[in-house]
Parts: sequence; structure tokens; C-alpha cells
Amino acid sequence: MTLPQTLQKDHQIKQEGSIVNDFSITVGTVNGSGSQTSNLTILRALFKMGIPVSGKNMFPSNIQGLPTWYTIRVSKDGFLARRESNEIVVAMNPTTFAQDLESLTPGGAFFYPDDLKMKIDRDDVVRYPMPVKELVRDSNAPRSLQDYVANMVYVGVLAQILGIDLEKINLALDFHFRGKEKPIKLNFDLITAAFKWAEENLEKQDKYRIESMDATQDYIMADGNTAAALGAVYGGVHFAAWYPITPATSLAEALVDYLAMLRMDPETGKNTYAVVQAEDELAAIGMTIGAGWGGLRAMTSTSGPGLSLMTEFAGLAYFAEVPIVVWDVQRVGPSTGLPTRTSQSDLNFAHFIGHGDTQNIVLLPGSVNECFEFGWKAFDIAERLQAPIFVLSDLDLGMNQWMTNPFEYPDKPIDRGKVLWEEDLEDISETWGRYLDLDGDFIPYRTLPGNQHPESAYFARGTGHDEYAKYTEDADEYRDLIERLKNKYESARTHVPEPIIEQRDGATIGLIAFGSTDPAVKEACYILENEDVLCDYLRVRAVPFTKEVKDFIANHERVYIVEMNRDGQLHQLLVLDYPELSMKLISIAYLDGLPASAKQIANAIRNKELNKHG
Amino acid sequence: MAETSPATRSKKAQVNIIGLTKSDYRGAPTTLCQGCGHNSISSQIVAACYELGIQPENVLKFSGIGCSSKSPTYFLSRSFGFNGLHGRMPSLATGAMFADTSKIGIAVSGDGDTASIGMGQFKHVMRRNLPMVYVIENNGVYGLTKGQFSATAESGLQLKGHGTNPYMPIDIAWEAVVGRATLVARSFAGDPKQVKELLKAAISHNGISVLDIISPCVTFNNRDDSMHSYAWGKDHEAPLHELSYVPSREDIMIDYESGEIIEVTMHDGSNIILKKLEQDYDPTDRSNILCMLEEANKKNWLVTGLIYIDTDQPTLFDNYNLTETPLNRLPTSRIRPPIDTINKVNEMMF
Repeated sequence: MTLPQTLQKDHQIKQEGSIVNDFSITVGTVNGSGSQTSNLTILRALFKMGIPVSGKNMFPSNIQGLPTWYTIRVSKDGFLARRESNEIVVAMNPTTFAQDLESLTPGGAFFYPDDLKMKIDRDDVVRYPMPVKELVRDSNAPRSLQDYVANMVYVGVLAQILGIDLEKINLALDFHFRGKEKPIKLNFDLITAAFKWAEENLEKQDKYRIESMDATQDYIMADGNTAAALGAVYGGVHFAAWYPITPATSLAEALVDYLAMLRMDPETGKNTYAVVQAEDELAAIGMTIGAGWGGLRAMTSTSGPGLSLMTEFAGLAYFAEVPIVVWDVQRVGPSTGLPTRTSQSDLNFAHFIGHGDTQNIVLLPGSVNECFEFGWKAFDIAERLQAPIFVLSDLDLGMNQWMTNPFEYPDKPIDRGKVLWEEDLEDISETWGRYLDLDGDFIPYRTLPGNQHPESAYFARGTGHDEYAKYTEDADEYRDLIERLKNKYESARTHVPEPIIEQRDGATIGLIAFGSTDPAVKEACYILENEDVLCDYLRVRAVPFTKEVKDFIANHERVYIVEMNRDGQLHQLLVLDYPELSMKLISIAYLDGLPASAKQIANAIRNKELNKHG
Repeated sequence: MAETSPATRSKKAQVNIIGLTKSDYRGAPTTLCQGCGHNSISSQIVAACYELGIQPENVLKFSGIGCSSKSPTYFLSRSFGFNGLHGRMPSLATGAMFADTSKIGIAVSGDGDTASIGMGQFKHVMRRNLPMVYVIENNGVYGLTKGQFSATAESGLQLKGHGTNPYMPIDIAWEAVVGRATLVARSFAGDPKQVKELLKAAISHNGISVLDIISPCVTFNNRDDSMHSYAWGKDHEAPLHELSYVPSREDIMIDYESGEIIEVTMHDGSNIILKKLEQDYDPTDRSNILCMLEEANKKNWLVTGLIYIDTDQPTLFDNYNLTETPLNRLPTSRIRPPIDTINKVNEMMF
């Protein structure tokens, strides 16, 4: 995403001794205790106060009981990547109490329920005990809901101590509960009671403060999965099939919601779409390919393990030239891996998915807004090139709330690619063949089932076929076919989104990254700039790479490739594509399941640079 | 691409109700073994579609992988088709049928493709009641890989080079009944008339039709004592009834005495007439099916005919409230929401 305009300008909010709008809040709670509502309420209230803010949910693969953390970063300068240090810690979970206390920076503020009789052995932090049990007992909350609303106490206490606007909190609750008066009032009453209690009983001793700004009015707050779904809706998706899997589930669920809202035909009251929850990922992509072959804009969404199951079908789509869109919201693997942690480690897998010679087009959105944009663009590219398109998001982008530019209506009409209907077949002078390259651009024409022209039908297959879709094992025919497919893939370089480049005067080193690391990379460039290490930054948005990528590497002395995986997969792809430039490429790959931080990236580059000169 | 276009057709050739000759329904020459049961079934698909007067362009053909799954090439050249993956035909067909739900789906699979690798998708496509004819050409062996036992091979079957099958067989018709298919039938490739009448009934059925057709493999599993052989089928076939299909446009001329026939009216107004043979069997009554199949198993009968039919169940598409215009023919203006909706969407975000 584009960072707020305040980026890199030292914002003019200063007060003697206090730190305003530039710190992180981490809340440690028990999974399933309703803390997500509290945390999102704080996040949204800060956003509505005009302060650049990001929120990251560090949750376990569990419904109830295991520890979970939520980190909110407020940044007057618009830096929204994860930070390692916490200035404010709320410790609601006795199991992680000691660990949470330990994570606090010196001088930080420590909030905790006063009934937790835990040892607090740090003198360098400010303590704020909160009477959670009493406040909940005194509230009007029904007994069954008391455990869930308890987390609202820290919202109220934090609001009072830090200076979060209660009115904005009310707006956030109103949004969360979709205007339902009862839960809004129940939660807000408790927040207000906690706020008042803090006002009367606590004395502010820490230096962290929130103050209203005007840096967010041009932004919306959304998650990447919702954005991807909406993008697909505007891309004219007809058909989606899916199977539940974290962190991709909410993409399909958002699709179901927004299709119902936006894609009922106004003339007839009928649906212009269908979504099927399949029995597994094999069936999900099978249905998607069937629909794509049938002439529907068809998609599926999954994560790594599901993508593994889709492998054979993906090869079929590549070989039979069936346009489909596959969203992979990446998590940590192999196997079940860390199902609720983020990664960028499916890049090579998605690119080469399928057996035999396959190379697939991969789109790499780097912001929530781009998830929307690629949501519709992916269909145009798929149908234009008659190929499966893989869009790689990740858990951080897909499931966390991000401030992002508002979604923009597609600036191009829908491109259905080369399709021949009855009248087209009448008009066409040459003999039509499903896999015949009439235009010399490696893309044949296709007909769609239902076409009534007696010359329209063909038999699609995964077996070797000639230009007329007839079965053949002829050596020349096969070689010609896979060469055409290779050439078609190469032609994608002019169809896919070009990279985004951010330059600094005098920079001789480059940095290449993709996807959700964008804010961390931008901030790392800023940190390094302050140390006189100037980096240009190129964010790749698709494989195959466009010309700009090669030029960027050629024009820099060395280029660091930053990515969230172990093996440096983007680095590998760049080396394969540009062997003559490979000596310039230095991999900075790192994966621990957490979103990248600017400090990690800056440290890694600094170390490499020092080693180079030292 | 049609093999015979109307222009080149002999004027004397017989035509059906829509003016097409039988050649308009044929496919490429078969590459299966001579005498393969699958070829006989392909011929009956051609005959059924010809006799019903179906426009070939209105049929979509599907198959998985295996000998059986090659056969859609050998019928209805003028129909679109997709030869997909081993065991995954049902999902491919499901997606494709959404493109234009007015089309007729005819899918061909085998016992390996359906009862082994494809059991999961087989069960789920029945559960969804996808309106489609699902033919299983069941021969008890893997032909293309040279004669391994399939999951429908009977326990104790001996095959050259593969020893004795130690496992119990899967009964596809039984699985279909349990799986809640809305039309289940079994037939025998050596009984082409019955195969054809069942195909017609299946094509008229508005729901999934599972036709388990014993289709002998002359190369790997046709010994007289094998339960998937021609000889065994001929000796053990026990039809449940004499079945005839009467199109909606024809009056039922045959005069039966009451109690002798069961008449099933199909969604499209056609009728299936089931003439009683030795035993009473009502294929609309779910409760008797498993007893009948179990008894047949005990007596070593190859029960054929219409095992189950329910014409009242909603199909997959009934759940989707789809536009009358096929989805794949909707103009782009009807699939992209209008520009004024984007602000509303942005307002819905926070």
C-alpha cells in the first residue's frame, strides 16, 4: 500500500517528555475469550482518530484456551510493519504473564488484572493493575457473557491512560456489532465504567500518549481476504469452489457475502454466480477447472496444504489451457506446519505446480488494495492467456486489518479473451482448431459448451493432442505443443502487473521484495537511509518478471532479495531467469512465522554491507 | 468437429425427429479391444441419443481415466467433452454443468475410476444430485495397466499373473443407493436393449443417474466363472422387470392388466414402464432395495434393471437461483456490478 503522506516526515507532535503516537501495544489473552473484539475496537478507534495504525493477530491453531497476542502499532510517521519492541503490554493471560512482562521495554506501561497474584519483578516499568472482576461484576452483563466482555475493561483503562477518544471507540463498536444496540451498549458501558475507574484511581506515570491526527481520512481499513473477494466480484466471477482452510477460509466466506449483495441480477432477481463448498481441495479445483472450461470466470481459494492437493489438476489446467484463478493465502508449511502463522514459502511451488514442464503465472499483491485490484485483473489475464493464474497472498495480508487506499472501480472493461460463439464460427474464414495458433501469438481460440455450431465442439483432454484437440502421441506434435505453451508463458511478461519502484538519489544498492513485507521493507530503507546506506526498492508483483526487474538488477551494484521463507525462493527464480546477473543477487530470506520487521531487514542488510567493506 | 455434415449426408439416410442421421451421433473409431463391452455401451449411447432426438451440441461428455474413460471419443463427436483426471470426473463435470445448466451431461467412468481412486467424488456428486448420467463401465479389472484387480472384483477371483483377489468387492449400485443417488440402475453390456432403455430413462431424469453396467473385459477378465464375464452375465442375469421408455410425445399404447406394470412419470413428461416379471419389485420404495440386493448376492444373481428412482428430489441447480440465460452467455455488463456500488463498498469497510 501507499504509506500515509506523513511517512518520513517527523510529525510535529511533541510534548515535554512524552512519546506521542509512536509505540506498540501488545495484548496477551486467552484464545477464544473474546479479546479480538476488544483489540479491533482499539485499532479502529485509533484509525478513526486519524493516526496511522496497524494490527497483527498472533494466534494459535486452537478454538479456545491457548495463548494469543495482538499487537497494535501506532506510528505518526506511517510505518506500519510489525515491531519487535512493546512499550505498552496488557497481560490478561496468567500463563504468559511473566513472558509478557519480560517483553516490555524499560519505561513501558504494564496493565494487568489485579486478581492475578503474579510476581512482578521489574522496577523499570509502570504498573497499572485493573479491577477486572469487580468492574465486570458491577456491570449489567448477563452471567453467560461476563467472560467475553471482561476484555473491554482494558479498552476503557487504556483509553483513559493513553488518551483514546471514547466517541471513536463507540464508532468502532457500532461497526463491529453492525449497529446492534444491545451489544454496543453492553460493551460501551463497561468501557466507560473502566475509563471512569481509571480516571479516579490511577495516576498516569508512563510517557506514552495518543493524540488525534489527520493522516487516515483518505484510507479505509480492511483485510486482504475481503479485498480479494470483492475484487473477484468486480472481476465478474461466475463460479467459485472452495474447501475450508486457515487462513483462506474468510476469502470464500466474504465471496459468498458480497456476491449475494452485489451480483443478483437486477432485471430478474436471479443470481449471476454460484459458489460451492467442495468435499476437498481436489474437488474444489476440479469444479473450478470444469467451470473455467465451460466459459465461466472460475476461482478457488486455499492455502499451502490445499494447493498441494490441487497439483495434478493444476497441471491439467496448464496443459489443456483452461483459465482459472487460484488464490493461495500462504501459511507456514510443509505439512500442517504452523497453520496460523504467515509465510511466503509457496512461491516456487505455485510457479512450478504440476508435473512435467510447467511454469505458471503468479501474481503477488503487496497490499490490501492490491488484493482487490488483482482480484479482478487475475480473471482478465487468465482468460486472455487461457492459463491458470495463481495469486499469492498470505495470512498477514489476508486476515489482519490494514489501513489501505479505498478500492477503485476497475479501469478496464472485462476482457474475456479469445472466444468464438456461433456467429464468430460462421464469420471465420480459416479452419478453426482448438489449439491452432491462428494469430501467431501462441494463444488459440476457444469455443464454449452450449455453442450450437456443428463445428464448435472439441474434446478437451490431459493427453497429448494436436491442433484440433485430437489425441496424438506424435513426437513433433507434442514438441510443438509444449513449445507453444512455453512461448505463451513468455508472452505473459507483457500482460502481468509491472513492479513498483521506489528510488533514492545516489543509491547504488537495490532491494527486491514482494507481498506483505512491503511496509517492513520501506521502513528498513528509511532506517538504512539514516545510516547513509541508500537503497532503491523494487517490489515484484508477478512472475514471470517484466523487463523492469532485469533493468533494476542491471542498474545496481548489488541487489538484496528480501522474503519470508527459508530458501530464498524469489532469489532462486531471479537467478534462473537472469543467470548473467546472478552474482549481483544476495538472498535475505528469513522465516519464523511472524510478519517481517524493519529491524530484521535493516540488520541483515547492514551486516552484509559491513562484511563487504570490513 | 463433425464427421458428417448435413450437406454431405445421403438423402436416403434415415433421420430422427430433429432431422439428424445416426452418423451425426457417432464418434471416432474405437481404439478399445474388439469385443470390449464398452464399445457396446457407446453404441447404445449413440442409439439412445438418436432415438430421443437430442441435439448433439446440447450434450456435454465427461470422463476420468482408464479404458472406460477413453470411450467418450467414440460417440457424439459433435458434443463438447472433457476427459479429465483419474477419479476426478465428477468435480470437473459439476463445474462445467454450471456453465449452462440446460445441457445434458453424459459421463463415463470405470470401476477403478469410480470405486477406487474416485470413491470420494462419486459419493459427493450423488449427494449433490448433479443432473447428469453417470455410467460406470464395470469390468472388475484395470485394463490399461494390464489386468490388476479392481475394487469391484469378487473375492476369490483368479487372474493370470495377479493371483487370487483376497478382498470383498465394492457393489457400485449398493453404494449409489446408500449414497442417495436419485436414479440407480444396473445393466449388462450383453443386454443392449435394456442398456438403451435405461440410458433413455437416465437422460430424462432430472437428477443424478448412476448406471452400473457390467461391461466384460475380453482381454483380462472374461473367463466363464468370472462375475464380470459375458458368459456369467448371460447365465446369471436376473432382470427386475421388463423396462421400456416411452417419450412424452407418444401415448402409452401397450395394454397391461392392473398390477402388472409400474409406470414412472419423469420430469420431462416421459414415462418408464416396468413390466412385472417373476417377483414384485417397486423401485420407488427405498426400504426394499438393500434386501433385494443382498438376496441377489446370496443367490449369485446379476440383478439388472431400474433399482431405484426418485423424481422429486431437488437437483444441485435448484439451490442456486441461477439466471435463465446460461451463466456462460451473460454479457459482461451483467457480471460486473455498476460503478456506483464501489463507494458503498468502501463505506462498508471501516
